[in-house]
Order: sequence, then structure tokens, then C-alpha cells
Amino acid sequence: MSKHSFLEIQGLKKSYPGQTKGEETVIFEHANFNIEKGEFICVIGHSGCGKSTILNILAGLDEASDGLVFMNGKEVSGPSLERGVIFQNYSLLPWKTTLENIVFAVRAKWPHWPKEKIIEHSKHYLSLVGLDHALDRKPAQLSGGMRQRVSIARAFSTQPELLLMDEPFGALDALTRGVIQEELIKIWSESKQTVFMITHDVDEAILLSDRILLMSNGPHAQIAESVTVSIPRQRKRTDIIHHPDYYKIRNHLVDFLINRSKDLSGVATQVTAGQQPKTINLAS
Amino acid sequence: MLKSLNFKATIVAFLLLVVLLGSWEWMNQKPQATQALSEYELLMGGASQQAQVPPPSEIIKLAYEELSNPFYDAGPNDKGIGIQLAYSVYRVLVGFFLAALVAIPVGFLIGMSPLMYKALNPYIQVLRPISPLAWMPLALFIIKDSELSAIFVIFICSIWPMLLNTAFGVSNVRKDWINVAKTHQLSPIQTAFQVILPAAAPTILTGMRISIGIAWLVIVAAEMLVGGTGIGYYVWNEWNNLDLASVIFSIFMIGLIGMILDMILAAAARFVSYQE
Ligand SMILES: Nc1ncnc2c1ncn2[C@@H]1O[C@H](COP(=O)(O)OP(=O)(O)OP(=O)(O)O)[C@@H](O)[C@H]1O
Ligand SMILES: [Mg+2]
Repeated sequence: MSKHSFLEIQGLKKSYPGQTKGEETVIFEHANFNIEKGEFICVIGHSGCGKSTILNILAGLDEASDGLVFMNGKEVSGPSLERGVIFQNYSLLPWKTTLENIVFAVRAKWPHWPKEKIIEHSKHYLSLVGLDHALDRKPAQLSGGMRQRVSIARAFSTQPELLLMDEPFGALDALTRGVIQEELIKIWSESKQTVFMITHDVDEAILLSDRILLMSNGPHAQIAESVTVSIPRQRKRTDIIHHPDYYKIRNHLVDFLINRSKDLSGVATQVTAGQQPKTINLAS
Repeated sequence: MLKSLNFKATIVAFLLLVVLLGSWEWMNQKPQATQALSEYELLMGGASQQAQVPPPSEIIKLAYEELSNPFYDAGPNDKGIGIQLAYSVYRVLVGFFLAALVAIPVGFLIGMSPLMYKALNPYIQVLRPISPLAWMPLALFIIKDSELSAIFVIFICSIWPMLLNTAFGVSNVRKDWINVAKTHQLSPIQTAFQVILPAAAPTILTGMRISIGIAWLVIVAAEMLVGGTGIGYYVWNEWNNLDLASVIFSIFMIGLIGMILDMILAAAARFVSYQE
């Protein structure tokens, strides 16, 4: 090992006590992967395989049963403002307005900034997601798409080194999702933050990420493969489908989800402790 | 549609008032002088008149007199209704705010810490069902001051709804919001004030609203016991004077002030409420 990666996950495992005493249900184990600075990583896997659990462990909101997480060579323990989280259900504070929700985050990050600077900074991030007109509305008065935009603005406004997103667009309709995906690409390409995102949407993963981690089914789920998305940026939803690699990658992902994810599940897998996921590069 | 509903409701309410007051007035007419009185009634010197519940007209007349000079003070046994009510409101507010000062922080503690919940719950369950008036003799003995004892009784009866509602509200704050506080690295104090308090505020205010209602119920009884001043004492005193018109008038005033206290807290509750 010559150089450390930005984020290193080593032998991560999560288990819960089983029904009978002494028995345990292993959700996933032997999770090993590295993420480089500035990478956009998507994770795909069937429901219940433990994606959210991994994300919560990275966020410091949940504890692993075994294994280690290093960021910048330092072990992660507990939540930190250096790891921003976008929750699936937006998690805005409903008694605060749009602007106040962002100010809340910005003030938490830079408590010594003067008030004007905090507000200016917050407004900047809200304008990036096109919400200048809704500063004084409460979350209940916003549509689902608008709420998720606020939540994205809140996460980016604190400029965390690592952004964790748990199915951020899962609850949105296809049209809104497309628009917000493009906004996300725009903000991300300016900030070049490292992103770890969970999704169920294969096309979304190809559009957004540099690499896609594939998880096999639980229990005893594994991070089985790491698929490189060999389509150059700037990607547009309408253009990438014409790229020769697009359907190769898409078919590989779909095949994994439908056929291979269940074969790889269970204890009888070839993944052993310390083994990195198989790298797949389908570039022509 | 809504406007016309309100309008109809007002008309129905008004009609009801007319019917109620009308029948009350009609049923309680004083016997006419021209009517032949029985020998017994003559002997009793009109005692049957005394036994009549006074009709609304008499009470309205009294209300007008009382309310045109509510704050007169003509010695310990003759004070205006305003002064008596002010004494009661003062005791209720002091007892209530002292209770809030204890109940809300302790409720926070219980709501946040399962250990404290388990440790304090037995005490709460035993103390809560005790009628606040049962504390009165003990309070009088220990405090040796009827004024403070009345306040103590208010304190003890307002504490429980606030305590339990605060604990409930705090322990039921959505996990997501706590996670937001965590990922923004808020300190425990910051989390308490910036996330938990606003999130639990509507529930806490519901508790406060229940408490002030109970406190207002209890103060009347407490003042009947300790005497001296206050609307409770006033009602009892007028009953001893057999001045039923004053008794009925003060019953209405108790209802009115109770409603105003409740409305103030309802407004506060609306102020902190939020829509999810
Ligand atoms: N407290 C618990 N006790 C036992 N099992 C649990 C507990 N919490 C979660 N699990 C199990 O852990 C597994 C992983 O949950 P997780 O939420 O991480 O799944 P996921 O991959 O994010 O699923 P989805 O795609 O549906 O969000 C699930 O099978 C769930 O049943
Ligand atoms: Mg999940």
C-alpha cells in the first residue's frame, strides 16, 4: 500500500442478534472498498441488503459490528460536519422556513461568521437549486421536489468533504427527478465534492456516477462488483443513451440485479475478508 | 359556505340563549302582590321569595352594578368582583409558572433519558392521582401561610400535565430531526434548544393548556377552604349571605376568566405549532 485513498472501508460488517440466544443475523460482511477524492459513487442493490446501514455507518449515525472506516487516514467515529447527509425523506425542520433551514446548517458549520455573511451564503446555495422565490415558505408549503432541493442546498452549503445521499430522488416523479439530477450534476461539477449515493435507479446511477458498487442480496450481503462508468462527462440524459458503452453498462447492471445478485448472497460466496470488489470496466 | 355556517351557528346560539334565559325568567317570577298568599306564606314573611332562584333580569342588573365598579374595596368582607378575580388569577399564574419552571426541565430530562424515565415514573404515578386539595392541610402546616398554601396547591396540580406532556413530546421527536442535529454536530444544549424544544413545543403547550384549566378549577375550591380573598372565597361568602344572585353572577365570571386563560394558551399553542 503506497498511498491512502480518501475514504477506506475495511472489513465492514453489520449484524443483529437473532431470535435464539447467541445466534446473529449478518446483514452484510467483508465490505471493502476505497473512494478517491472527487469521485461520485453510486450503490445499487436489492431492498434490505444493507445499503442504508452502510451509509449510516459512514455518516457516523450507526455503528458497525466489525470493520473500520477511514477518511483522510483518520478513523471515522460519530457524525461530523465533514460528512453531509441527504436523507431520503428530506428531513427538513418543519418549523423553519426554507432560508432558516439552510442558515441553521451554515451557522452550525461556521458559528463565528457574521449574520449577513451566513444569510448571503445560504441564499447563494438556494439560488443554485432555483429556490430564490421560496425563501420564506415552510417545508409543508413546498412540493416534494422543492423540499429535496432545499435538502440538497443544505447539504452542499456546508461544503462537506464527503456527501452521503440515501435514495435522494426515490420519492420524486420521473420528470422532477430528471430536472433535479441535472441540478445536482451542475452543483457537483462546480464543487467536486466526493459523493456516496444510494439509488434503485440504474439509469440514474449511470448518469451520475464514476463508479457503481453492486451489492448482492442479504443476509450476508457483499459488495460484489465495482463497475466503472466509462462515459465521459459532461453527461446529459438525452445524450448518454447514444454512447456505445451505455447499454453495455446498463445490461450488466440489470443482469446483476435480476440474475446474479441472489446467487452471490449467503455464506457460500467467494468473497473473503480483505478482498476488494471485482472491478468491471466495459469500455469499448 | 363557511361564512354562512358561522352565521347560522350564531343565530342558533342566540336563539338558544333567548329560550334559556326566557324560560329561566318565566319559571322564577316572584309571586305577584295581587296573588292571594296563603296564611303560611304570610307568616313566613315572604320566605318563599327568598328560596326562589333569582331570575336573569336580577342577575344582569347585579352584573351591571358590579362591573361598573369592579375594583372597589370596602374592607375585608366587601371587595369588588374585579379584586377577587385578580387575587385568584394572580395565585393561579404564580403557581402555574412555578410549576412550568420545574415541569418543563424535568420533563425534558425524563423524555431524553430512559433511565430517568424509569427511575422517576413510579413517583409520578403515585403523586399524580392525589387530589391537589389533599395537600392543603400539609401545606398549611408546613408553610403556615394560607396565601402561599393556595399557590402551592396550584403548583402541585399544574405540574403533572406539563411534566407528562413535555416528556412525551421530547421522547417522540422524530428520529430524522435528531439525526439532522447529529450530522450538524450540534452540542446537546444546542440540540435541546434548536431542535427538540421547537419540535416538542406543540405538545408541551397542550400540557400547559390542560394545566391552566385544572389550576383554574382547583383555585376556586382552594380559596373556599383557605378564605380571605379570591373568587372562591367570594362565592362561598355570598352563599353564606344567601345572596344567590351574586353566586350565580360569580359562577359566570369564573367561566369567563377560565375561557380567557384557555384562549391565551391556545393562541400561544398556535404560535409554536407547525405543519409536517
Ligand atoms: N434493529 C434491527 N434489527 C434487526 N434487523 C434490522 C434492524 N434494523 C435493520 N435491520 C435489517 O437490516 C437490513 C438492512 O436494512 P437497510 O435499511 O440498510 O436496507 P437497504 O438496503 O437500505 O434497503 P432499502 O433499499 O429498502 O432502503 C434489513 O434487512 C433490515 O431488516
Ligand atoms: Mg435504505
